[in-house]
Amino acid sequence: MIPNFQKILLPEIDNLSDINIYIANGGYEGYKRAISLSPDGVTNEVKKSGLRGRGGACFPTGLKWSFMPKGTDKPKYLAVNGDESEPGSFKDRQIFEHNPQQLIEGIMIAGYAMNIKAAYIYIRGEYHKWVDLMQKAIDEAYEKGFIGSNMAKTFGNDYSIDIYLHKGAGAYVCGEETALMSSLEGDRGYPRVKPPFPAQKGLWGMPTTVNNIETIATVPQIFRIGAENYSKIGASKHPGTLLFGVSGHINKPGVYELPTGTLLTDIIYDVCGGIPGNKKIKAVIPGGSSMPPLRGDEIDGIMMDEESLKPFGTHIGTGGIMVMDEDTDLVKLTLRIAHFYHHESCGQCTPCREGCGWLEKILKRIYNGEASSRDLDLLVSVSNNIEGNTICALGDAAAWPVRGFVTKFRSEFEKHVKQSRTFVPQNVVHGKLNTRNMLVENI
Amino acid sequence: MEIVFNAEELEKIETIKAKYPETKAALMPTLWMAQKKWGWLSPDVMRYVGDLLGLTYAHVEGVATFYTMYFKKPMGKFHLQVCTNVSCMLRNGDKIYHHVSERLNIGHMERTDDGVFSLEEVECMGACGDSPMVAVNEDFYENMSIIKVDELIDSLKKT
Repeated sequence: MIPNFQKILLPEIDNLSDINIYIANGGYEGYKRAISLSPDGVTNEVKKSGLRGRGGACFPTGLKWSFMPKGTDKPKYLAVNGDESEPGSFKDRQIFEHNPQQLIEGIMIAGYAMNIKAAYIYIRGEYHKWVDLMQKAIDEAYEKGFIGSNMAKTFGNDYSIDIYLHKGAGAYVCGEETALMSSLEGDRGYPRVKPPFPAQKGLWGMPTTVNNIETIATVPQIFRIGAENYSKIGASKHPGTLLFGVSGHINKPGVYELPTGTLLTDIIYDVCGGIPGNKKIKAVIPGGSSMPPLRGDEIDGIMMDEESLKPFGTHIGTGGIMVMDEDTDLVKLTLRIAHFYHHESCGQCTPCREGCGWLEKILKRIYNGEASSRDLDLLVSVSNNIEGNTICALGDAAAWPVRGFVTKFRSEFEKHVKQSRTFVPQNVVHGKLNTRNMLVENI
Repeated sequence: MEIVFNAEELEKIETIKAKYPETKAALMPTLWMAQKKWGWLSPDVMRYVGDLLGLTYAHVEGVATFYTMYFKKPMGKFHLQVCTNVSCMLRNGDKIYHHVSERLNIGHMERTDDGVFSLEEVECMGACGDSPMVAVNEDFYENMSIIKVDELIDSLKKT
């Protein structure tokens, strides 16, 4: 059963995207509460809330903010990551559409805490409609004097921030924070080597913080309900609510806001109405296509938060749950995932550029029934050699699901290999007994 | 056709430039504007945008070819984008793609001879909850099926 909880990101209020309705429902109160504290006080409050990044790495947000240098004359920047290209992840889109003002308020609070004068919201190019909706929300906030040059006057202090939109143009890798910065600067979306970290040398060489849309949109509520109350929602080590995007073989797919630590089986059966045709579950990817899968027999009792998923060798990622029923062809699915990462690899690092291609080629061979079983070991070996050997996490993202599927569903892959083996392995006829009894006849 | 932005567009580019501390950052928005105006980014368009922003042709082409949504060749009036990634594939998105490809007799990033349709097998467009999905230019059509996509193509043909 899902316990009662207060919705933080997508409360059930009609037309909340309208700025007046947002204000009538407590909008911008969080910012007012935040500016009654010192900037460091705001960061400490976020630390106290236990908020962790929603982009996949689950890094504590308050800690990230505290890395920004203080007392420097350099301009500082905030980049809000709405690239959201992870297959299975479609949560930020709901925020742009249903609660954009809360995102703007979050940017104001983050900006105040780190003394940032300009923030860029990076939205993926495919979201044409949502770019327009977000731009409309920003324009409304400017009109009200909540951001921009009139902001200080509106709120009676001397802080102001400008918010700009930047539209991507179709590159998965730009969801990686340093690639996003390259893209914002007008370059190809190439990730950069860290260190220097963005907080030291980010956009245009200046201190920069990159946060996920969902993370920033959560912040205002922390100041409305209080950090202490927020930290009590959901799992204690990964508190708050998450937007779970459920897709695949499921009766009621969609985005659901639920507390962290919710049972995966509750999400699948209670919230989303189970599997079409009452079929059994073969596999579940818990956090977007780059996360290793869970086997159907593993999902009982699994709670959806980072700390609970770790022992099962997977992560919460972006909360994109993909469900596969018993009839799913996992070889085809793994091939599709490998194809995606091969297509999206930016090409800077050899292990990723070449390795992703190899993964796809080997999987294609397996899918076409032209592979031998040692190709399965080769898949794992190539994955191991990509992981950790690249500038950014795209290499890991390509290696994890392939290795995960091959190791957790080995028999499924073996079937593809054995059924259509093109040569008879020599060692079948080398047993002594075989030789004496029947082999001679056969020859 | 002369490749040049009109005064209003040039003014818009100035406001875009003002958003960023460096002019180079205005490249992606300007390429978007150029693609909207001329339909695709020909070498001449890229050269013009480069001159406008003080960037080399090599840089502009490098950026334009890195991002898949900038067209490097002319596309159809209706650019059909069919997602075949995991969530859509689980709900037969790949079958829809092959159906459209066979019906229009074009492959990935090709367009029909009359220039009305072009097809692209896209990676996840963020509509997994309503998969399978097809996008026509900038509009998303969700919960698709082979029958629905046929109807969609028929209705587009009439316009």
